[in-house]
Amino acid sequence: MSIKRQKYIRLTLTYLVILAMFAIIIYPLLWIVGSSFNPGQSLSGSNIIPKNATLAHYKELFDLDRSNYLYWYWNSLKVSVLTMIFTVILVSLTAYSFSRYRFVGRKNSLMTFLILQMIPNFAALIAIFILALLTGLLDSHFGLILVYVGGAIPMNTWLMKGYLDTIPKELDESAKMDGAGHLRIFFQIVMPLATPIIAVIALFSFIAPFGDFILATVLLRTESKYTLAVGLYDMVAKQFGAEFTTFAAGAVLIAVPIAILFLSFQKYFVSGLTAGGTKG
Amino acid sequence: MKEKSYQTNHRRIATALSIIPGLGQLYNKQYLKGIAFLILTGAFFGVFADLLNMGLWGLFTLGEQTPRDHSIFLLVEGILAVIVLIFGIGFYLFNLNDAYKNGLKRDSGERISTVKEQYNNLIDNGFPYLIMSPGFLLLIFVVVFPIIFVVLLAFTNYDLYHSPPAKLVDWVGLKNFFDLFQLESWRQTFFSVLSWTIIWTFVATTFQVALGMFLAILVNQKDVKGKALIRTVFILPWAVPAFVSILVFAGMFNESFGAINRDILGFFGIDPIPWMTEAMYTKIALILIQTWLGFPFIFAMTTGVLQSIPEELYEAATVDGATNFQKFKNITLPLVLFATAPILITQYTFNFNNFNIIYLFNGGGPAVPGANAGGTDILISWIYSLTMTSAQYSKAAAITMLLSLIVIGVALWQFKRTKSFQEEDMM
Repeated sequence: MSIKRQKYIRLTLTYLVILAMFAIIIYPLLWIVGSSFNPGQSLSGSNIIPKNATLAHYKELFDLDRSNYLYWYWNSLKVSVLTMIFTVILVSLTAYSFSRYRFVGRKNSLMTFLILQMIPNFAALIAIFILALLTGLLDSHFGLILVYVGGAIPMNTWLMKGYLDTIPKELDESAKMDGAGHLRIFFQIVMPLATPIIAVIALFSFIAPFGDFILATVLLRTESKYTLAVGLYDMVAKQFGAEFTTFAAGAVLIAVPIAILFLSFQKYFVSGLTAGGTKG
Repeated sequence: MKEKSYQTNHRRIATALSIIPGLGQLYNKQYLKGIAFLILTGAFFGVFADLLNMGLWGLFTLGEQTPRDHSIFLLVEGILAVIVLIFGIGFYLFNLNDAYKNGLKRDSGERISTVKEQYNNLIDNGFPYLIMSPGFLLLIFVVVFPIIFVVLLAFTNYDLYHSPPAKLVDWVGLKNFFDLFQLESWRQTFFSVLSWTIIWTFVATTFQVALGMFLAILVNQKDVKGKALIRTVFILPWAVPAFVSILVFAGMFNESFGAINRDILGFFGIDPIPWMTEAMYTKIALILIQTWLGFPFIFAMTTGVLQSIPEELYEAATVDGATNFQKFKNITLPLVLFATAPILITQYTFNFNNFNIIYLFNGGGPAVPGANAGGTDILISWIYSLTMTSAQYSKAAAITMLLSLIVIGVALWQFKRTKSFQEEDMM
């Protein structure tokens, strides 16, 4: 009897905590969705359940004459996808040579990568800014992508090297016996086996530039070249509250697709991180 | 040990001739290689002579007269010159070594490799270098170069009043560091920012870790129904891009119109709280928001670990008469902490440099009278505003150096202790 009772109390408390967490998690999300349908522009009128729901703010965002939102969206996607592609290519090559070859300078390079991955690359903000100014890459997406890719190399190389180390070397050795060249072993033996970690690195290197604010705000100058993070911040910071509902609509349009994408890849994220953390 | 004596002296002659790269190789009858080396050397000096000359001069003097010299451009050219020079010296040493080795082969009567063999050799030994070089070059120019630049900048007086092209920048030695620790205004700001950075890192991270683990263990109880749904909802704050959530929270915490003051606190009859104008409340809000943003990650990790703990452990404990609490304390907690430890450390370093939340929520504010940092600025956001708004470049660089030293110190200490690093065969 008392065991049953104990269990009853325990479960009730558990569900109460879970419900409270549900409320805390979902309330801000619902609030922003609600705000995006609110008529009027200001924060003061926004309500979680709008009285006269309207799609006007979404329409405004899609109107290129009135808002740069679509440009920002396109810029963010472009920058993130290109960063992802270049990062995956460069990181695969570097990680592969660290994992499979023993060459002069290997130990020192690994050590350098380890230290470099600890310094966030935006710490050298001033230098990046001046370098971009000198090379004429200021206010260009190309410059931004270069900085993102360069910054992503050290950490992801370690992550991938850790994974590649777990793929038995006997595989490439026997392929070598059979006369396969360096490139063939790389493309046809090792890379297919490394697909899980490639997926993780691709996701990481897509999400990081997508969510980055600091580098983008330093390097991008023209409003139509902004990425989403810079553009949305600008929208909010200019006159706080004055464009809040439009901002809300913009936020919803980012959050929904990214959240869906994220939730469907979530389990790779976790496994990739634990693999990198415990093995690499 | 005495050197083996040879009748010929090709190795010495080849090495000596290689003082001009290529001649030694030509002497060794490797004509193609020799010509290639000669052309490379010529090209190197042809292309880089100006850069080397200007750059090294500029690096020492940082310019002598305005408006002809732009100190910062000179500094950049100087670093580039040094990088190019290092590559050049590397090539030069390789050239000497190559001439010597081939000379030695001739001395001992061995055959010199043919062009085809050399090519195969190059591909075999050079393959890792070859495939690494694109990533490596990018890394040098985008990551290493800026770091060197910041380090050098920390020893100059580059700020609003010493700003090219109107003024020259000079080397000032350790002055920036002395200023940070000795000038009253700088020292006070520096230490108040540093202490908040540390408090912020520990409190916010510990909160998110504790909440994440607690919820994971809670949901993992066998008799809780609807696990899949609960887990999906708990992951949501992680799935929404952080910059979006932070901006949304900035709206919610708005003092006069935000949902927190108006709807929630108003509902309970509590007076509005000055979230954005009083540093103390901004700090509380920041910690709450970071907990909201950060716990799902820990939750997901811990859930993964919990699911991998074998059931037999608990069964054995039950047989031995352990209570639920004992099982938790002696089985669950140690296993979870052990498996997630490396990731927990990265969470701390992440928050130490968590610029986005500080800047997007309240711009590091509220402003503090008499200080050049806002009430909630952490080191990295302070560096940002010193650079972007008050043009205190050299001070910002000095603080960046201090920050990097802290991060590297902590991280190295941690990596030394992790197993994975010790197991790595470092040649």
